[in-house]
Amino acid sequence: MADDLFKLNIDGKDIEVPKSYTLMQACEEAGAEIPRFCYHERLSVAGNCRMCLVQWKGAPKPIASCAQTVGEMRMNPDGTPPNVLTKGDYVEKARNGVMEFLLINHPLDCPICDQGGECDLQDQAMAYGRSGSRYSLNKRAVENKNMGPLVKTIMTRCIQCTRCVRFAAEVAGVEEIGMISRGEDAEITTYLEESLKSELSGNVIDLCPVGALTSKPYAYNARPWELRKTESIDVMDAMGAAIRVDAKGDAVMRIMPVVNEEVNEEWISDKSRFIWDGLARQRLDRPYVRENGKLRPASWKDALARTAELLGGPAEKIGFVAGDLVEVEQAKAVKDLAGQLGVKSLDCRPAGAGYGADGVREKYILNPTLMGVEEADALLLIGANPRLEAAVWNARIRKAWLWNDLQVGVVGEPVDLTYDYEHLGTAPGDLEGLLNGDSDFVKAFKAAKKPMVIVGEQALVGENSVDVLNAAHQIALDAGAIAEDWVGFGVLHNAAGRVGALDVGFVPEEGGSDTAAMLSGGVDTLVLLGADERDLSQLGDTKIIYVGHHGDAGASKADVVLPCAAYTEMDATYVNTEGRVQMARKAVQPKGEAKEGWAIFRALSDLVGKTLPYDSADELREVIREENPVFAGLGFAPGTAGHKVLLEAPAKPQGLDKARPFGAVISDFYMTNPIARASETMAECSLMKRGLETPVAAE
Amino acid sequence: MLQDKDRIFTNLYGMHSPGLDEAKKRGAWHLTREMLQQTPEWICDQIKASGLRGRGGAGFPTGLKWTFMPKEVRDRPHYLVVNADESEPGTCKDREIMRHDPHLFIEGCMVASYAMRAHACYIYIRGEYIAEREAMEVAIKEAYEARLIGKDNVNGWDFDVYVHHGAGAYICGEETALLESLEGKKGQPRLKPPFPANAGLYGCPTTVNNVESIAVAPTILRRGADWFAGFGRPNNTGTKLFCVSGHVNKPCNVEEEMSITFKDLIETHCGGIKGGWDNLKAVIPGGSSVPLVPAEQIMDAYMDFDTLRDLKSGLGTAAVIVMDQSTDLIQAISRISYFYKHESCGQCTPCREGTGWMWRVLERMAKGEADHKEIDMLLDVSQQIEGHTICALGDAAAWPVQGLIRHFRHEIEDRITQYRAPRALVSGSTVAAE
Repeated sequence: MADDLFKLNIDGKDIEVPKSYTLMQACEEAGAEIPRFCYHERLSVAGNCRMCLVQWKGAPKPIASCAQTVGEMRMNPDGTPPNVLTKGDYVEKARNGVMEFLLINHPLDCPICDQGGECDLQDQAMAYGRSGSRYSLNKRAVENKNMGPLVKTIMTRCIQCTRCVRFAAEVAGVEEIGMISRGEDAEITTYLEESLKSELSGNVIDLCPVGALTSKPYAYNARPWELRKTESIDVMDAMGAAIRVDAKGDAVMRIMPVVNEEVNEEWISDKSRFIWDGLARQRLDRPYVRENGKLRPASWKDALARTAELLGGPAEKIGFVAGDLVEVEQAKAVKDLAGQLGVKSLDCRPAGAGYGADGVREKYILNPTLMGVEEADALLLIGANPRLEAAVWNARIRKAWLWNDLQVGVVGEPVDLTYDYEHLGTAPGDLEGLLNGDSDFVKAFKAAKKPMVIVGEQALVGENSVDVLNAAHQIALDAGAIAEDWVGFGVLHNAAGRVGALDVGFVPEEGGSDTAAMLSGGVDTLVLLGADERDLSQLGDTKIIYVGHHGDAGASKADVVLPCAAYTEMDATYVNTEGRVQMARKAVQPKGEAKEGWAIFRALSDLVGKTLPYDSADELREVIREENPVFAGLGFAPGTAGHKVLLEAPAKPQGLDKARPFGAVISDFYMTNPIARASETMAECSLMKRGLETPVAAE
Repeated sequence: MLQDKDRIFTNLYGMHSPGLDEAKKRGAWHLTREMLQQTPEWICDQIKASGLRGRGGAGFPTGLKWTFMPKEVRDRPHYLVVNADESEPGTCKDREIMRHDPHLFIEGCMVASYAMRAHACYIYIRGEYIAEREAMEVAIKEAYEARLIGKDNVNGWDFDVYVHHGAGAYICGEETALLESLEGKKGQPRLKPPFPANAGLYGCPTTVNNVESIAVAPTILRRGADWFAGFGRPNNTGTKLFCVSGHVNKPCNVEEEMSITFKDLIETHCGGIKGGWDNLKAVIPGGSSVPLVPAEQIMDAYMDFDTLRDLKSGLGTAAVIVMDQSTDLIQAISRISYFYKHESCGQCTPCREGTGWMWRVLERMAKGEADHKEIDMLLDVSQQIEGHTICALGDAAAWPVQGLIRHFRHEIEDRITQYRAPRALVSGSTVAAE
């Protein structure tokens, strides 16, 4: 028997588990089901709900199994493994008692409760509740708290499990929820009638085992059993969090997280969760063509004909700019069409970005992987604000900082990241000689076994952006961050479509213009693929063809508008910032006459006489896989696979500017894409964030 | 009966000055340096041999508790924390020690700290004890000035004492809630294990002791373990401060031999029961959290841990609450229930929800406005709380109620019957509303 294993007898079954297990885990290992409310595997143990009581033979009292570490249990006096019972009268009586106490002051308003049907209390009351109540007194009522536009509170239902309190303090890093008062007057509150100042606040809704914290935008909208559930991928940032899209009829009713340990654990950001009302508003549901200065509804036939006409000009005067949400299939179809037309100007990067031009994938993905930060012992963030650019990953960095003693250094804006870090500078010039310093972080970084350098978008746009990338690469090499078993250098993107588009080569061909050149009048005809995030003010009289799903900046300037499907409306491939290829799944039909992006360009290719060689999305994906094998493996991040390329020293960085600091790329977390801008919920959050509106009380 | 020469707390009534000079005349700080020249193990052995059991209520052997601390100081310092959050209703012994014999107490802190290799001691004083805190601060200042404690003191063990003033919550007398409060957090009990001896104050090895347990230690060492062990019955040795209140002619605090009979205690020190022994109804022998004991059982009982445990009660803090025939026991226990409902921290379910339930039922029972069936229900509820909570407050809330039902069920039944007699109640009309 190995030293770190411990023998137990659970319900008469002998079992051996690691000593670090809790008794609850051991019981589950033995196949027993343990009810619980306060225990959550990603939060600290509170042991306060007392629902998980089990019998340990010989102990004077029932044991809270969530709080008992197996390794600390004693053997029986005769040396046999401890006997634990998870069933039987003794245990039932204890749990029934706890359940009765939980219910005496619970309103039992399940018929009007949004948690109904997916409520832990409801489920467990079926197993442990009495059929009638012995409590003849008045129930306690608790005043509802205003927690902002996202979280609806009905605090009378609260069972004081403190999961939300622990989530806020431990995961989100904002100590803004707490339990005040004591005894039966204890209440969960944010103290100040405010929403959590966190990008992850919506997760308390999932954590709440009862209906005390529910989704405010979703209130009274649907019942869980009416919803059609589709597991998909989020596109609000470049993490590609696993989500479940719940739809009723043709409407997305809500978005929930799905567990993916390697990406989002089980959290998603508020933007990912509450974006869904934006999918129903401001939608482009039919083609438009501009006539006499005004957009008029048109048929697909007219709109495509007009588009073909515009694309009939000289190839060197045509350009394609891909936006942040573009899926791989569309990017590939456009890239192929551009090739057929002889167009060399195409770009998926923001203006000023120079990465990815050489096609070396390892230099534009997050090689150490999102999960890798838990192994790292020192993290250098260059021009990145993970709190806004990858909110869920920021929680993971915080976790590593909290539990693994991760040291963090930042070159960039000194913002609140929810963990302590050493601020090493604000401008590209501060990267020069960074490792010659003798600050605590630099020492820790140089001594680190697994140092990690992450370059964010702030550092990758603007003059000399390739030099900044090279400087960061050189720092990683100097710190010994690149080896066969650890590649501590990577790029944190903030657009879901970027890596995928780079992977299909959506960058200017030799002699072509880049985004900045195309957007400042460098071409006569410009096709925007949902590129609403780019600066469209310098276009002059460039003709615009806008392909997208929301009436936003691009559509308003367009000469032709071609409506396409959004991420919930098609099967689509996205590649996250780690280079992980993932599929979003179709949950609802595209709006109106909208078509999937690739199909639009397939149809167009016919009209211009350059028919693309695929007739279905599957055939297209086959082509994509054949041309670039990275697309062959779904859900897989390459990690250290490409370390050899990075071992080569980059070109010596030139002209790193000390005077011009990195600027924020996300000024408003809630407004980063056209779907978000169409969402009323996001608008409310944005107003709150900017302090422009005093929130009104719930109800 | 304890003779004056054997009293440890010779200034219990404040007849003399609590100051350092007077305290030294009474024996405090005598031979302290010599005690500290012994090994820590020797001190623990002496305390073990004396049979001293914790004076805070649970009665755990003090010497044994001290040996739970790691044998050597590693990366984390050791701490002694003294629980002076004396809030148990009926208890007022630590208060007198702090007011009138603070030097014995401080000396005890030093000796105990040495025994567990701690260089710092925190004294957590109840929020309402303002005069006591001031008295302690004066005494500590005197001790520092006389270089009895502090760095490079005359006793040869670097030692600091800090006084922390609580905010008046009963739950902060629970040792782990006390540690939370001391750390600046909300006073809520921690899960055990880990026990404080492994991870206590700021995660460091810590022992939490009652004031009285600590304050008697130097005298035990000076006069010998055998001397202390010579009082009382086996396993229940030493002298003990009793706080007698209620229906006696002269309520008092008194230091007595452990295992004195109840009758002797009352006759000798309290001038007997008001209205004579026939007028005695029940006694709560150890502070509000232990079950009451009816007159006929308590009268000749030894006042010690084991005897009272066998009577299904406990010595607790030795706060003896005497109740004569005029007492409305249901109302009295209801009031105690209110106290526990009010002081429950609200962290874990059974105590948070159950204490209020019990109190409300008892309030009605005190008027008779209840159903006979509710007596068994109340007992059941109390058993659903007992043993199912994180800390002992749940037990403390349940026991008085269980004691009442065990011994005075007939009174509750009579009260209900009387209340119902003139009212034409339909049987079962108080069935619960959903």
